[in-house]
Amino acid sequence: MPEISQDEIFDKVRQTLVDALSVEDDEVKPEATLTEDLGAESIDFLDIVFRLEKAFNIKIPQEELIPREILSNPDYVADRKLNARGLAALRSSMPHADLSEFEKDPDIDKISEVFTVSTICKFVESKLRAA
Amino acid sequence: MRWIWIDRFEEFESGRRAVAIKNVSLAEEHLHDHFPGFPLMPASLIVEGMAQTAGILVGEARNFAEKVILAKVKRATFHALARPGDQLRHEAQIEQLTDSAASTVGRVRVNGELLGEIDIVFSHIDQNISGIEFPRENFVFTREFRALLETFRGSSGKRILL
Repeated sequence: MPEISQDEIFDKVRQTLVDALSVEDDEVKPEATLTEDLGAESIDFLDIVFRLEKAFNIKIPQEELIPREILSNPDYVADRKLNARGLAALRSSMPHADLSEFEKDPDIDKISEVFTVSTICKFVESKLRAA
Repeated sequence: MRWIWIDRFEEFESGRRAVAIKNVSLAEEHLHDHFPGFPLMPASLIVEGMAQTAGILVGEARNFAEKVILAKVKRATFHALARPGDQLRHEAQIEQLTDSAASTVGRVRVNGELLGEIDIVFSHIDQNISGIEFPRENFVFTREFRALLETFRGSSGKRILL
């Protein structure tokens, strides 16, 4: 992989989010959530994925960033909450995310809160390392 | 009124780029209200013209199997006004295309001069909104839209002599 530091990844991710969501530089903090703090809507995720692909010259299959299959699998979901098996599946498919808060109340409508700026940085880092 | 904001394709390279023109005319009712005494083509309709140009380009790339919906206007910057008599040239290019979405870059020119820059993200809705059933038929690409492409392929905009 080409040498790129975590700071450089953060700077590029920040610029991507500033451009995609029309937010200010200083709003893009590592702990900021994309939806709650930065105002991203689901449709913005398509845009963000395209912009990240371009900025880092990587390919991002939709399922890798947001594993919708797990969230819509009846074996994993009851009453709009993930069960233990669903959580295990989510953990293994989203190693880039910190799921500790989500696990306390695994309401699938709250999955977007898992996506912080830091989640995106870690995801990009893992893609670059695998490249 | 028909909701078609391009008149003809001038160039079409499958999966890559397309150019469509739109002639702005005082026969269009709305120009007399926008604005009385100073008719201008509304910028929102120029965006729609680009969305149609780029949307047909994206749709054709998958053989019109997908329902291509405008998800987001990433950028719409205008440098000049579009007035009656102007011929807008919508130049659209596919930047990224996946199973679920596409992004396009667009330039609008009049007489070679840049009038606007319009970049768009499209969604293939059947691949994105899980759990919602849409009608099977492709309601996005109506016969009128496909006719635009067929006209281009049939005659390439050549003069039809009598």
